[in-house]
Amino acid sequence: MDKYYGFGLPINISAHGGEIDKLIRIFHVFMLVLFVGWLIYFVIALVQFRAKKDSKALYHNKHYKLPTWIEVFVALFEAFLLVGFSFPIFHQFRFDMPKASESVVIRVVAEQFAWNIHYAGKDGQFGESMPKLISTENPIGLDQNDPAAKDDITTINQLNIPVNKPIIVQLSSKDVIHSFALPVMRVKQDTIPGQQIPVTFEAIDTGKFEIACAQLCGLGHYRMRGFFNVMTQSEFDKWIDSQTPKQEDASE
Amino acid sequence: MSAEIKWIDKPHPVSGVTNGKLGIWLFLASEVMLFGGLFSALVLLRTGADSWPVGHELLNVKLATINTLILIISSVTMVMSWASLAMKNLSKYKMYMAITVILGFVFLGIKAVEYGHKFEHHHFPSTSIFYAIYFTLTGLHAIHVIGGIIVNTYFLFPGSKLWQTKPEMFTNRIECAGLYWHFVDLVWIFLFPTLYLL
Amino acid sequence: MSKEHSPSFWKKYIFSVDHKIIGIQYGITAMIFLLIGFALVSVMRWQLAFPGQPLPLFGVLFGMSNAPGGIILPEFYNQLGAMHGTIMIFLGVVPLGVGAFGNYLVPLQIGAPDMAFPKLNMMSYWVYLTGGIVMLASFFFPQGAAQSGWTSYPPLSNIAPVGQTVWLIGMVFLITSSLLGSVNFIVTIVQLRADGLTFSRLPFFVWAQFITSFLLLLAFPPLEAAGILQLMDRLAGSSFFMPSGLVVSGEALQISGGGNPLLWQHLFWFLAHPEVYVLILPAMGIVAEIIANNTRKPLYGYKNMVGAALFLGFMSFIVWAHHMYLVGMGTTMSNFFQITTMIISIPSVILLTCLLLSLWGGSIRFNTPMCFALAFLPMFAIGGLTGLPLGLTASDIHLHDTYYVIGHFHYVVAPGTLFALMAGTYFWFPKITGRQMSEVLGKIHFWASFILINIVFMPMFSMGLAGVSRRLWNPTEYAHAQPTQVLNVVVSYAAWGLAIAQLPFIFNLIWSTFKGKQVDTNPWKATTLEWATPTPPPHGNFEREPVVLRGPYEYSVPGQREDYLPQNAEQ
Repeated sequence: MDKYYGFGLPINISAHGGEIDKLIRIFHVFMLVLFVGWLIYFVIALVQFRAKKDSKALYHNKHYKLPTWIEVFVALFEAFLLVGFSFPIFHQFRFDMPKASESVVIRVVAEQFAWNIHYAGKDGQFGESMPKLISTENPIGLDQNDPAAKDDITTINQLNIPVNKPIIVQLSSKDVIHSFALPVMRVKQDTIPGQQIPVTFEAIDTGKFEIACAQLCGLGHYRMRGFFNVMTQSEFDKWIDSQTPKQEDASE
Repeated sequence: MSAEIKWIDKPHPVSGVTNGKLGIWLFLASEVMLFGGLFSALVLLRTGADSWPVGHELLNVKLATINTLILIISSVTMVMSWASLAMKNLSKYKMYMAITVILGFVFLGIKAVEYGHKFEHHHFPSTSIFYAIYFTLTGLHAIHVIGGIIVNTYFLFPGSKLWQTKPEMFTNRIECAGLYWHFVDLVWIFLFPTLYLL
Repeated sequence: MSKEHSPSFWKKYIFSVDHKIIGIQYGITAMIFLLIGFALVSVMRWQLAFPGQPLPLFGVLFGMSNAPGGIILPEFYNQLGAMHGTIMIFLGVVPLGVGAFGNYLVPLQIGAPDMAFPKLNMMSYWVYLTGGIVMLASFFFPQGAAQSGWTSYPPLSNIAPVGQTVWLIGMVFLITSSLLGSVNFIVTIVQLRADGLTFSRLPFFVWAQFITSFLLLLAFPPLEAAGILQLMDRLAGSSFFMPSGLVVSGEALQISGGGNPLLWQHLFWFLAHPEVYVLILPAMGIVAEIIANNTRKPLYGYKNMVGAALFLGFMSFIVWAHHMYLVGMGTTMSNFFQITTMIISIPSVILLTCLLLSLWGGSIRFNTPMCFALAFLPMFAIGGLTGLPLGLTASDIHLHDTYYVIGHFHYVVAPGTLFALMAGTYFWFPKITGRQMSEVLGKIHFWASFILINIVFMPMFSMGLAGVSRRLWNPTEYAHAQPTQVLNVVVSYAAWGLAIAQLPFIFNLIWSTFKGKQVDTNPWKATTLEWATPTPPPHGNFEREPVVLRGPYEYSVPGQREDYLPQNAEQ
């Protein structure tokens, strides 16, 4: 895992993460240019205008035009980043949902202190889940009597996805606010109890990564680590097969 | 000797108000934000709810209507008490202020009856979001009524001694108390339709 | 006129209605709370640098329920975190910036005998102190103090132990104190300015306090409303913030449901965003005064600065949801708040630019207060600039709730506001005591603090970019946090060093009060009205009400013998 993480942005394996990285990088160049510029001026001013024996300060300052131009440039540049980058990126992140039929749709239900991952199985239908059915053996309260639930797969802290395929994750929480974060995908979304919030992403590389919780959720917040595994389509299909509950009679 | 704090009795030439009057208006602005916060909560919860009960089916509109009239009348008597002072009539002031205080107690009494009915039928803040916001909004309002009653009672009895030494200052204080009391009345004027009628 | 000619010790020093005594009370109390808040995070820094290791010496003092064997428990760590934020903001920085500096200086700078409502002023202080004691007492309740962050998001804060209820009660006291104070400040500034002191001749410090008071007056009540709703949830079983169907630790909650956790967030941030401008405006006011005085020239762009500060105050009410970008809001809401957030950066830049340009053409003196005031400028710049990637949703997706946020806001408050408050302490100390603080100790304090505070907070940006979340008892659980763990060790040592670096300041404050070099009533040769009084100013401040003849920064006026012309000096 060493090559994935360091002192700056983690590796990016997301189809759209690169745009976020570009925005972050542009911002930091912009911030550095402004800061260094101000600092150079600052040092010059402090040195040039330090109190000397017969120095007198200037009572009437001219109105300097340069700072106004810099202000205007700063404002326009911020507007450019806003409209050119942030508006489209956020819209895509939240609302450009791929067609469910062309994606893998997964439900993730956060709880203190684990990620419950729920796959619809081969039938593509999620079984009903109800809070009153929640128990230790059934953490998401899946209704076993629902026929759609028969081939559902649930895991704890194992989010496996196929590479190069759009993923839709429906997020919610059982108890308090958590936040579903995949650092290498530049994905983060709060999980609000009582709401179901979708995120979409697509991985462009395989590997073993992690899910992090990004909202204080209690004493176990620090150990709400999940495993986020991106595998090839065939590996994923094999895994789904191995996890699918055995049926009494083989169904086509 | 050292300078005195100005504009306690006379209004400031530019702002046009005394210190106390400006102070009470500012305080009322913050109270608007307080009740505004709770009203916003009501709006957010109501618009986000699948279903919302009909106020007049769950709450006692008759009693609340009486309470609305009581508060409006008490606002009138509050103004009359201040006007009496402006016309230098202390005994009329005391009469109107006493009526204002009594009406305040009547309001609270009717509220107590209302709450009592609810509790008898096991309707508490924990029963539903509707009851939660009903009790919280009317409860906070009632606390403000109590505060007003305390201030007005003080001005009716021990506080009225100030009339002997500083009649102008006393009149201004009653004006400020009146502004507060009108505000408490106004909050109810918004609360009543929002909770009971809509 | 005072009824007694010589008030008792209690009326003079404890239950005083004199704004100067009250200001000093606020100052001492707030500084003690700042030390407490610093102590709390110093304990946290041990756990962050050496996760799971017993804290030497002090660890066992916390008891079995907080730190068995001296190892800080996650629950205790969360308490330390929530209370560090709460104490620093509500019991430390704001009471110092507004309650202490504001109270002491505003009546003096406007030529008034006291605040408009002296008794109310006294009440504000005692209600503040009560709230502070309630907050500290919360540590001693079963299961400890509040532990859901200073932000107290429900449902977590709703189901938290009783310390959260104590926190809410403490907040009610603190908000009340603040509201009483803000009414007092606004009425005082509007009504009690001396003759000739028009708004355009007000020292920028007074403008800053004026705007700050409006923010406090109008922004705190929604948090009070939220506090009432959470008290109802916790004590009366309502479900304002609790949706239906919650299952905690396997048990379905027996509540009515139907509530919304986001309701808390909206009400909370409606206050908490203007609150950050409450944190910075008094500091900018202090820095402006000290820069004008130590450059011996008028501030550059005074009118622009006032306009920018007014615009900032107004805008601060409509940016709050940029703290909530990831709650699932749609593009309409997020676009609106991104736009207002970008717009609000403009007055901040104008203020910084005017302060920087005020140096140009000056005759700069580098005494201790000026060193701190100058350092404020690049530190505030870093804090402000790092707010930009947080202010756009797209970049915020990666940076939200990471150490990047912690680095950003600490840069603005710690080497930002706190440096300004220290500058103010060194600067106005001679007016309060008639003695000057030691320059030698002051410079040691400055350089040690400046270097160490940057080592504490700069690495946090790296950690944030690496994706390390906030509020983690043990960051090394995550692989993505392991490379930057070495930075945690560096930061912790620097933080403890920073604590030690405050010792010369504390010693200097106490020692100089009694043994410091005695100076005259205007040692800095300043122009504003507080320097035109005796030292310390007597009860009632001015023998006769001063008459103001000119603006607040008439330094180096051509043709004058001295390089400063006091506001009320007759020619």
